Amino acid sequence: MTERLLIDGNEAIARGAIAGGCNYFFGYPITPQNEIPEFMSRELPKIGGVFVQSESEAASVYMVYGGALAGARVMTSTSSPGFSLMQEGISYIAEAEVPAVIVNVMRMGPGIGTGGQHGQTDYRQVTKGGGHGAYRCIILAPYSSQECFDYMQLAFHLADKYRVLVLVLTDFIIGRMAEVVELRKLEFEPPPEKDWALKGKAFKGGRRRCYVSAAFSYGGVPPRYYHHMAEVYQKIKDEEIKHETYRDEDAVLLLLAYGSSARMAKRAVDMARAEGHRVGLFRPITLWPFSEEALRQAACRVGKVLVVEDSPGELVEDVKCICQGKVPVHLLGIWGRYTPQGDIMTGGSGIIYPENILEKIRGLI
Amino acid sequence: MTEKIVSRKKVWGTPKLRVPLPFSFFCPGCHYGIIVRLICEVLEELGIEGRTVGLAGVGCSFGPFPVSIDVDFTSCPHGRAPAMATAIKRIHPETVVFTVQGDGDLGSIGLGCFMNALIRGEKLTTIFLNNACYGTTGGQMAPTTLIGMKTTTTPEGRDPRTAGFPLHTAELAATMKGVAYSARCTVHSPANFRRARKALKTAFQKQIDGIGYGFVEFLSACPTNWRLSPPDCIKFISEKMIAEYPLGEFKNVDVIELPEEWR
Repeated sequence: MTERLLIDGNEAIARGAIAGGCNYFFGYPITPQNEIPEFMSRELPKIGGVFVQSESEAASVYMVYGGALAGARVMTSTSSPGFSLMQEGISYIAEAEVPAVIVNVMRMGPGIGTGGQHGQTDYRQVTKGGGHGAYRCIILAPYSSQECFDYMQLAFHLADKYRVLVLVLTDFIIGRMAEVVELRKLEFEPPPEKDWALKGKAFKGGRRRCYVSAAFSYGGVPPRYYHHMAEVYQKIKDEEIKHETYRDEDAVLLLLAYGSSARMAKRAVDMARAEGHRVGLFRPITLWPFSEEALRQAACRVGKVLVVEDSPGELVEDVKCICQGKVPVHLLGIWGRYTPQGDIMTGGSGIIYPENILEKIRGLI
Repeated sequence: MTEKIVSRKKVWGTPKLRVPLPFSFFCPGCHYGIIVRLICEVLEELGIEGRTVGLAGVGCSFGPFPVSIDVDFTSCPHGRAPAMATAIKRIHPETVVFTVQGDGDLGSIGLGCFMNALIRGEKLTTIFLNNACYGTTGGQMAPTTLIGMKTTTTPEGRDPRTAGFPLHTAELAATMKGVAYSARCTVHSPANFRRARKALKTAFQKQIDGIGYGFVEFLSACPTNWRLSPPDCIKFISEKMIAEYPLGEFKNVDVIELPEEWR
């Protein structure tokens, strides 16, 4: 029987990465993801891997870039301010087309943000790309410890398969909430051979690899890079889009949420159903590529959409765009938080509880 | 009848690792071409070309060095070569990894990356090209620009009251515990070229033997941005540059001492 453990999302990320064949971790401490580098520093040396604590997130991302060029399965993890520091490197990794995985355990707010407060305020940066030069990354958004464990394995598989950067987006709640995880090893087709890896030309039959930039690699004409990448991105769109629906068959209102908000929304669906309201949930799992066609069909069938996200409203922009004005799209954003102390401006941090969502549902039906 | 003896010994030739190109990347009188040749010769002599990975920083080394030297090579974002080199070396400890970085790349934007690689005591080799200015972008001030030296961003000369003093990287590296070798060289005369070859070979040897970081700084001419003819550049190096940046070895150790419990 597969081993089962009670672990939080951060540890599930770390264990999932090792299960996915990642032996090399380069990272820098930042709350709330410190459990990941701490776990890696403890466990990787035992299996012949390497953990390096870098001097900054900017250095972490370049260690990941170097490690990816060396042909290894490498990763780093960070939280929002650190993710901002990595944008330049992410753009370079996209240009070089090397496979790697970066985990962003979101915390709330711009600037230093709030290390101790939950939030989902990186959606726009992560999905639209904070770095320069019109690139794309595959983005996976797990919503449980089990999915953290499973999708880390998937992330390394997808990175190698398409030679792209895969971002895994979780948040404070997912990262620090403990659940039972079945440590199951997922089976994927074997990855393509990395005959392009930099480890000395003797390993490549005496023929060396020279990476200067995409402008050189693709014949000195930058548009050729984009033509090539358009094909890669299309293939990803054709094959890798993932989403999940919950009790939406006869719904008259469709909730839409990812990550921790999807957990709250799922509970709200059950509570609303118990009251006799026909409500369903649509949960995108890949945030890029987004399940556009499936969402459009579901939204048109249901007729009304409520986006739940712990942010002032980022995902809702994409949903409005996808629904093309055919159905009304409502938002329960950061103002929907419940704070026991009362006023959100003066009170505690709060989160969007299922009860808050239920209240909004009652108002919309 | 006298017998004519013809020696067949080869006395000069292009190194095998030097990729033949139909053009030169470098301005007339630039010393980078000589340094490319030097790297090729040293890698061949050590017989490590099959397991060597090079990383070039941003600047005049960005494209020309990777394209010209026939080993696995990548160019790096500005100043980040030591971080990328760290990962490659840690993942494949049997490879020989070196970086080629200019003074803007290593001394300015990438000083943190470089210093932290030294702090960690990585087993790497760094070739630092000091031409006292930003060559590629048109001759702006670098951390290594001499006091009073005119550049496009110090039109009246570098003023130490507002722009500070030149950065002495080789001396700085020598103060770090994890560094096994640190030297400053030039290639502006045949004698100096031979000394530079010996220094570079030693720096690579320290990595091959697993002792510690090897660092070699080259004072290099930039005729275009110094607004000097190539012969005047050589004069400038021997009179002005060496006065500020003395040549020689600043550190050369065969063992980096560890506390007893960590040996």
